[in-house]
Amino acid sequence: MVETLIMQAFNGISLSSILFLAAIGLAVTFGLMHVINMAHGEFIMMGAYTAYVVQNAFAGLGGAFGLYVPVALVLSFIVAAALGVVVEKLIVSRLYGRVADSLLVTWGLSLVLQQLARNLFGSANVGVEVPEYLAGSLVIGGVALPYTRIWILVIALACLLAVYLFMFRTRFGRTVRAVMQNRPMAAALGVNTRRVDAVTFALGSGLAGLAGCTLTWIGLVGSSLGQNYITQAFMTVVVGGVGSVFGSVFGAGFIGIGQSIFEFLTDASIGQALIFLAVILLLQFRPKGIFAQSSRSLEDE
Amino acid sequence: MAIRATNAATAAVERGGGSDAAAPEAGNARPRAAAPTRRAFVKAAVAGTLGAAALGLSGCAQSALAEALAGAGADEGAAQASADVTDTTVKVGIMHSLSGTMAMSETSVRDAELLAIDEINAAGGVLGRQIESVVEDGASDNATFAEKAQKLLMSDHVAAVFGCWTSASRKAVLPVFEQYNGLLWYPVQYEGMESSQNIFYVGAAPNQQIVPAVDYLAEHYGPRIFLLGSDYVFPRTANTVIKAQAAAQGYEIVGEEYTPMGHTDYATVINKIRAASPDFVFNTLNGDSNVSFFKQLRDSGITADDCMTCSVSVAEEEVAGIGASYLEGHMTSWNYYETTSTAENDAFVAAYKERYGADRVTDDPIEAGYCAVHLWAAACEKAGSFDVDAVRAAAGGVTFRAPEGLMTIDGDNQHMYKTIRIGRVNADGLIDEVWASDEPLKPDPYLDGYAWAADLS
Amino acid sequence: MTLIQPARTQRNRLVLAAVIFAALAAAPALLPMFRTTLIARFMCYAIVAVGLDMIWGYTGIMSLGHGVYFGLGAYCMAMYLKLAAADGGIPDFMQWSGFDALPAWWAPFANPAFAFAMVVLVPVAVSVVIGLLTFLHNIKGVYFSILSQALALIMSVLLVGSQQYTGGSNGLTDFDTILGASLSSPVTEVALYYVTLAVLVGVFALCFFLVNRRIGKIFMAIRDSENRVRFTGYNTAVFKVFIYALSAAVAGVAGALYVSQVGIITPSDVGVSPSVQMIVWVAIGGRGTLVGAILGALIANGVETAASESFPDLWNYLLGLVCIVVVLFLPGGLMDLPRVPARIRAWLNRSRLGGGARLSPGDRAPASSATLSGKEARDA
Repeated sequence: MVETLIMQAFNGISLSSILFLAAIGLAVTFGLMHVINMAHGEFIMMGAYTAYVVQNAFAGLGGAFGLYVPVALVLSFIVAAALGVVVEKLIVSRLYGRVADSLLVTWGLSLVLQQLARNLFGSANVGVEVPEYLAGSLVIGGVALPYTRIWILVIALACLLAVYLFMFRTRFGRTVRAVMQNRPMAAALGVNTRRVDAVTFALGSGLAGLAGCTLTWIGLVGSSLGQNYITQAFMTVVVGGVGSVFGSVFGAGFIGIGQSIFEFLTDASIGQALIFLAVILLLQFRPKGIFAQSSRSLEDE
Repeated sequence: MAIRATNAATAAVERGGGSDAAAPEAGNARPRAAAPTRRAFVKAAVAGTLGAAALGLSGCAQSALAEALAGAGADEGAAQASADVTDTTVKVGIMHSLSGTMAMSETSVRDAELLAIDEINAAGGVLGRQIESVVEDGASDNATFAEKAQKLLMSDHVAAVFGCWTSASRKAVLPVFEQYNGLLWYPVQYEGMESSQNIFYVGAAPNQQIVPAVDYLAEHYGPRIFLLGSDYVFPRTANTVIKAQAAAQGYEIVGEEYTPMGHTDYATVINKIRAASPDFVFNTLNGDSNVSFFKQLRDSGITADDCMTCSVSVAEEEVAGIGASYLEGHMTSWNYYETTSTAENDAFVAAYKERYGADRVTDDPIEAGYCAVHLWAAACEKAGSFDVDAVRAAAGGVTFRAPEGLMTIDGDNQHMYKTIRIGRVNADGLIDEVWASDEPLKPDPYLDGYAWAADLS
Repeated sequence: MTLIQPARTQRNRLVLAAVIFAALAAAPALLPMFRTTLIARFMCYAIVAVGLDMIWGYTGIMSLGHGVYFGLGAYCMAMYLKLAAADGGIPDFMQWSGFDALPAWWAPFANPAFAFAMVVLVPVAVSVVIGLLTFLHNIKGVYFSILSQALALIMSVLLVGSQQYTGGSNGLTDFDTILGASLSSPVTEVALYYVTLAVLVGVFALCFFLVNRRIGKIFMAIRDSENRVRFTGYNTAVFKVFIYALSAAVAGVAGALYVSQVGIITPSDVGVSPSVQMIVWVAIGGRGTLVGAILGALIANGVETAASESFPDLWNYLLGLVCIVVVLFLPGGLMDLPRVPARIRAWLNRSRLGGGARLSPGDRAPASSATLSGKEARDA
């Protein structure tokens, strides 16, 4: 019984880390740029398919097969970020400030990307297998912790650290925050806001791609991959508080741990309904999320 | 093609006033959409609306209003689809999801059905007529399925329709087929408890897949069963059956879990399985969820040696999408595997791979779709007609030497006699048969043959 | 932004609406039964779209979960139809789930008057609760949109999960009669078609009336600057709850009409994707115009049917691209088409003059067009 509870506690943390990974890209694009990217799920999907392609390229290499994972992690970030740059230039750059419109346009984009994936990779799911060192689990007494979940947790923490360092310890990060807080003022001070937008969106997209790569270890790889995560990812950002990347950590923890507990006590369907109820109740007290940026502006979104 | 260019409204009212026989050669007339005028944007917009609605309009010339006026006097059974058969051709419909979430499963079934049609055509057709197929996309949406069924029957006048996958889509089109007296050939195993005289069920009924699998697993692995399924009709009904069976046979149900469609995190469920320590898991998860479940199951250190699972929705195609290494050693229950050794299957697999690529696999629903077309053709030959009532009357006892072995139509409930095969996934992602029934089993969709099932139907 | 739309624009819209309604009224005389029921289905969507336009186009509340209210109305109606078909017995799916007797809360739906009332009351009740929980606590903008989307997700999960009461993922189907008339008889089908048309006209008329009254101006004022309205002394939450409930009621009625004609309602008609599509129809047609919503719903669905009959694969590309192009270059939707030539001329003139300021497409929209873009750009 104790083992079951310990593992369940780990499951809650693990689910939180998965949600966080899926949501951190959104926290950047949605939280900082106020662009509702409904195609975020499809950037995750792109990362997953990148992992699939890399895996196939390494398939004939025998012992070196295990090396595909780090390569896939890097490439999935790069591919999704590159796609993000294109999308930002062609579409999103025309939509800053038009929140509802950004939602519609990116929804259309997500349809196109999903169909594109079906035409490129077929409509069936594709198989991605993990190398030996990721299979199995760490066994301590009666407690078994899957290596994949441990690694996802580690990668999630690494992403958090990286985003923190980027935002708060680099010059460019400071510019990004300046632009997000007051765009006209930053521009007036000589910041190239167009470039900042492009880099920020690429970063958010790249993080989504990275998430997609790790999700191949525990779930399906197919055109519907992104759709499975998108609603929960948005909830994570909203609970955490738009505008705060670190709020997403708490948002993910709230939803992930809460859902694990509810699901353990009831079943998966009711668990989902209960966590939604909990989110509505939470927003009653914190309408702008747990870590809402305080502002004296009336019209802030 | 005759084009009706007159005032359609007047014509329609005239026809409506007359008798049904006055309706001229249904299938040949095509009302013309109003040509858009450019005088004003408003008019163009309206013409666009009408044009969009009328686009693709074909077949039945009688307007809805005329039909209603005629129907007001006549009896209600007047609306009946009649097949569009010429001296050289006969039309059939193929209706699967080619887009949306179900496309990944259903496109292959469509491929197999088209293969069967070409085979029959190459061999001279049915009753001397070449089969023409009308392919429609159900788009993984039940209302769309109902709409397309109506189009195939009332507009294309097909002699039979091969299609659907999910129970929901079949339930959605069932009233349409009954209303217009059409014929649907349904290729997938399902939960039973249904027998429409307008549907032929080519997949397994519960007694041809689920019940024997539970008995086999309980005998070989032990009587403690954990039921895991997606939260929809097939798993819930299947598990209701299994629970009744378990109560009668003395098996113990140690857990029952349902997860929503598209559920991705199975850690909690796996934890519950671990805590319940069953002898085997009976798995009725749908396609997508299986990927997450099996990946996470193996990574939490549970292999087939620790806890056997038996799946009834995982076939060769799904294995490919999950990755063979995750499933190796786990069991499945179907009527057909790509490895099934019959001469017919060798020919079928070779033909399928030649046409669609060597990397494609065949599986149970694909084979059932292929058989459905052949069975329909055989029934038509026996009836000597494409008429739905005649085909239905002749269908009982019709046989086809299918890849899975001899398949016979049960005339009473329009299901098939099928052989049951328990299989085990191997390292190549194919499924090896470990047990098969001695002969094709009589279909029993309502489980009338089992005393313990008396309360279920 | 002009709060008061010019009388001429409103008159043109009325004319356009009248022409559309006339065309719809003539359709059963021109088209075969199969196409007629198809158009009836599109009209149901158009009814939802008009309601959505009221809350989104006029009041600025973007609901991504209106499938919920559409579904609630449809399920209430379907329960009545199912009981009518069961003929005193219990519905087939309940038998499989091991029920001997009808659940108590199902029983009253055998009475058509009760069921028809519930078609409106249930969506209104749910929307008022949701509305009070959100609008009273000033949850708005994207927060509301995302919450409403989650609501749609949960609704479909719960419908699927309570199979013994709702038929699960199969939904409710296989109906027989409505008020004693056979649903499959051509007379009933044509009658239902005209009932749907009448409801569409009625809903349009009601909404048109509202937006041209004082209350309509308050809605638009809330959309343009909610805080200013509050400072003027209005309790905006009350207005928002009212209009949200109205659009929910409208969606419920549309759902009820839908289910009686299409003959099936399933959880997948209620979930996230159909809910987002409803918003897309309004965007394509042109938000804040009412008639645009009707046009958008009819055309989007008409083209979808035509496209999926000919090239199923291409439909997703088409819808996706249309969505992108319309929002980027035609924020006023199809209703803005007549202004396009003038806009191109203006743009050509500008580039010929080589004026220093290079405007981005968003800024190019002429000030006269009553779109949201200007307002939202200001807010951000």
